[in-house]
Amino acid sequence: MPAPVIDATVYADLQAATGAEFVIELVQTFFEEAPRTLGELQAALADGSAERFRRAAHSLKTNALTFGATRLADHARALELGGLPDDASALDALRTAYAEAAAALQEMTRG
Amino acid sequence: MAERGARLLVADDNKVNRLLLGRNLQLQGHVVASAENGRIALEMLRREPFDLLLLDMEMPEMTGFEVLAQLAADPELRDLPVIVTSSLEGIAHVVRCIELGADDYLPKPVNPVLLKARIDSSLEKKRLRDQQKELVKRFATSEVARDLQDSGFALGGRHVQASVMFADIRGFTALVEQQTAEETIDLLNAYYTLMFDAISAQGGVVNQMIGDGLMAIFGAPLPLADHAIASARAALDMIEMIELLNVERTALGKRPIRIGIGIASGEVIAGYTGTQQRATYTCVGDTVNRAARLEAHTKEAHRAILVDGAVRAQIGERLPAEALGTVSLKGMAAPVEVYAVTRPSPR
Repeated sequence: MPAPVIDATVYADLQAATGAEFVIELVQTFFEEAPRTLGELQAALADGSAERFRRAAHSLKTNALTFGATRLADHARALELGGLPDDASALDALRTAYAEAAAALQEMTRG
Repeated sequence: MAERGARLLVADDNKVNRLLLGRNLQLQGHVVASAENGRIALEMLRREPFDLLLLDMEMPEMTGFEVLAQLAADPELRDLPVIVTSSLEGIAHVVRCIELGADDYLPKPVNPVLLKARIDSSLEKKRLRDQQKELVKRFATSEVARDLQDSGFALGGRHVQASVMFADIRGFTALVEQQTAEETIDLLNAYYTLMFDAISAQGGVVNQMIGDGLMAIFGAPLPLADHAIASARAALDMIEMIELLNVERTALGKRPIRIGIGIASGEVIAGYTGTQQRATYTCVGDTVNRAARLEAHTKEAHRAILVDGAVRAQIGERLPAEALGTVSLKGMAAPVEVYAVTRPSPR
């Protein structure tokens, strides 16, 4: 069974702990930051900088875990631990996972 | 005890993390500031006081590891509690953080309940440490306080050469019966303030206060050259302080007080006694007993300051000392040579 796009329990816990209003704000911040992180991953890959690549993947993983975006976190973790991938296609699965997570989070913040 | 309203610094390069941690901490009643990398965090810590640092490891410019290393090397900041918040994979990172001096390690995403427990515990530890520092400051000069901090409040004992002083107020019990409780406490506070000043000005450390009695050590925890003469000078200053206090007391229609001081010099066993939570620095051994007995003997000898032969030998010709012969003191196997130290006569 694949990991859920968003783990509803984690998300609900986050809301309970910090307030629904705050979570909306936090999700917006994530939407602002995540594209930058994805861009950094691509740039690090182009530069062949394994350390920058690992850091960016790590950062994305941490944020994904915060929102319960389990599938995205799994992809990011694999990149964090896997070293510099051979080609840019390695990022495709991550981008897809981010798009899914972002759509689900957008939906949840409206709900 | 839950600490509220502490000033916390969150260092994290990830904005989502910063906001989230900040929110959790604010909800716990703390005041939160944030820094987006290690360099900025250190600048802020050096500029303004914080009670605790929440530190991410993976940061550009200066990593959390470098921040920990810099904090450890900074005497002003090395006691700052640090809780590492990180999602770095692998136990080796956790071990490295703790080795570098972090108090605790919280995996990300940070669980708010765990966060609260760890922060309260770290702040409580800091409070106890601050309290102990404050006590040490009150009991010692800043040099001694620094030495105690440097040694990490080690409980281990050691043999040192030192002079030990005992002092108390003569007829204190009778005095207490004649005055109000408030007057007694006022008197004790004035007395202790004056005695502390005189003792620390000569490099001594007051390590015990019991009622109207006090014990002071010269030469420990920090070595002190000429500890015997320093203790004798402190004793003379103490007598002078009491005379000044008596001028004031007489003017207020109160009875003057008198004190007795005994000093002995030699080897003592010095160290902390107690538990890690509650410890006092103290000395034990024959020298300590001799000083206590000499102080008791001031009553019979009708002298304010009595010292043993070792103190007398170190004083040499620098202060007048009158030989009172050898005296059998209670609890001492051999008779002790007793000398009365007096103020040098003005020329």
